[in-house]
Amino acid sequence: MRLERRDNTPLVLMIAAPVVAVVIALALSGVLIALAGVNPLDAYYEMVKGAFGSRLSISETLTRTTPLILTGLAAAVAFRARLWNIGGEGQLYLGALVAAWLGHSLASVVPGPLAIVIILLAGMVAGALLLLGPVILRIRLGVDEVVTTLILNFIVLLFVSMMIEGPLKDPLAFGWPQSVPVDREVLLPKLLERSRLHIGLLVAIFAAVVVWVVQSRTVFGMETKAAGLNPKAASFAGIKLGKTLLAVACISGGLAGLAGAIEVTGLKGYVTLDLSPGYGYSGIVVAMLAGLNPIGVVITAVFVAIVFVGADSMSRALGVPSFIADVIVSISLLTMLVCLLFTSYRVRR
Amino acid sequence: MEALDIFTSASLWGAVLRIATPLIFGTLGALICERSGVLNLGIEGIMTLGAMVAWMTVYQGADLWTGLFVAAVCGGMFGLLHAFLTVPLGLSQHVTGLGITLFASSLTYYIYRLALPVSSSPPTIEPFQPLAIPGLSDIPFIGEALFSQTAPTYLAIFAIVVTAYVFTRTPLGLAIRMTGENPHAVEAQGLNPVRIRIGTIVVGSALMAMGGAFLTTATFNSFFPTMVQGRGWVCIALVVFASWRPGKALLGALLFALFDAYQLRLQHVIDNAIPYQLFLMVPYVLSIVALVIMSRRARVPQALMAPYRKGER
Repeated sequence: MRLERRDNTPLVLMIAAPVVAVVIALALSGVLIALAGVNPLDAYYEMVKGAFGSRLSISETLTRTTPLILTGLAAAVAFRARLWNIGGEGQLYLGALVAAWLGHSLASVVPGPLAIVIILLAGMVAGALLLLGPVILRIRLGVDEVVTTLILNFIVLLFVSMMIEGPLKDPLAFGWPQSVPVDREVLLPKLLERSRLHIGLLVAIFAAVVVWVVQSRTVFGMETKAAGLNPKAASFAGIKLGKTLLAVACISGGLAGLAGAIEVTGLKGYVTLDLSPGYGYSGIVVAMLAGLNPIGVVITAVFVAIVFVGADSMSRALGVPSFIADVIVSISLLTMLVCLLFTSYRVRR
Repeated sequence: MEALDIFTSASLWGAVLRIATPLIFGTLGALICERSGVLNLGIEGIMTLGAMVAWMTVYQGADLWTGLFVAAVCGGMFGLLHAFLTVPLGLSQHVTGLGITLFASSLTYYIYRLALPVSSSPPTIEPFQPLAIPGLSDIPFIGEALFSQTAPTYLAIFAIVVTAYVFTRTPLGLAIRMTGENPHAVEAQGLNPVRIRIGTIVVGSALMAMGGAFLTTATFNSFFPTMVQGRGWVCIALVVFASWRPGKALLGALLFALFDAYQLRLQHVIDNAIPYQLFLMVPYVLSIVALVIMSRRARVPQALMAPYRKGER
């Protein structure tokens, strides 16, 4: 038996791959749920109910989707150009910290709506700058960006901890390590009354559309794809690899930073060390499940959000540890990788 | 001057070896994988898994060595999964490795939570006690610093020696190194590069799990989530720092641990003048610095991260 490269990939396979991957992942996770003494079908029913059962749960699922779209896009954009940005988590936190800092101090100087725009842009810049470091090290010195971006996540988290226990500490938080709150003026408008859903969701979807247009309809989009598929050929064709990677880094880091700024101005209102339950890492799964397609990212982000929100309520109802959500998501990543292989290779005897 | 006095205390040098042990195991594991041409980013998750499995085995009543052994076997099994995906299937080593890390750590937390309900303070076990080597441990200063460690620390150093010997003095080592440089040449020699790679990943991953296991059976006496704290990623950086050589890997881990042990003690001397987070950042910053310094001269295995498919170039 051997693998043989396909000449072209049928569209059916492209769409079937994530579906098959998720079904296999759910089946495998079902074994673990059974280990907890719960019927997996009951558990999955509770999860769907927990994610869709009521107006509140739907709004919660969509609230969770928002940062996942953005971190998913951040990973998708970078991976397409073979830029391994694993630092989404750190970029998110830095964007969040900048947003909290500006949100606290800016509203008194600038009118609300303008302040919001400035804050979100600043969050993007923060995320982009954080990724530029590792990318410049890669271009100039050949330092692998996987390790540097991963390690930067830990450094940023310590930096955030230092800030919210130091200069940006909320004096009214009863000693809890928590940043100063953002001004009410700069909180993002709600999308749905009596819920936590905010217009950040629309911003995220808009970002996905913009990324899709840029990738499929512009020269720059073509260049990033070429740089990822075959750097040598791309460079012969006159594409400046370094410049392209830097631009991709700005977009990728910016999207992750935006995710953080939106979490702060839309949902939390301040920064704590549990602001993100690993959105940066889940974003990688979101991107891979979507086959790095920006529109696909929106759909797979909803899926991952369903798993997380659903698992929380299922855990309360049936007592299965909510870590099962992370298990489902991570197995999906591995099964998706295998399914993706069969979209570009076939098995020959 | 107090800051310099730290260096003359034997307890600092004893702590260096203790802090270095998980790094030695992890770096050695990652190095063995990479020498055959496969990057194993599953390390962080496999260390987390090893930490929990070893602790849980002992908590259920087994002895410490059984705990270490079970951890190594579980690590090897995850290595086998990584190997299956990256070697015969030739999937992206970056993404697969991250997937293994996410999977191994989430599975670890799930099983831990399943076995033990939430409690305010994690349950504990009786960890490895320092093993004073007769005679040598009586030497003033050096005895306390070097020869009063726990048994797995000696094992880690022994593993480095064995690996260095296998790599440089045996046909097996030559075959592994050649697989990392040019798998097609290995094939031409009548050896099977796929099998060699699978073997190194399994052995490497078992070592990584033992590094994690050391944390719960010697450094601490309980397991808690996120306890590995990026040590796996540091190990990946240390492999580059060591230019893929076992001896230099030992040196790198020790240097790194020296900085870590020193900053811990410096925190007490300096007190609250500098935020403690800055000290905690030092190890991470150092590993990036090490990468930057060494990346240029490092002799990277030529076939690292290049999947090998028979008949495909």
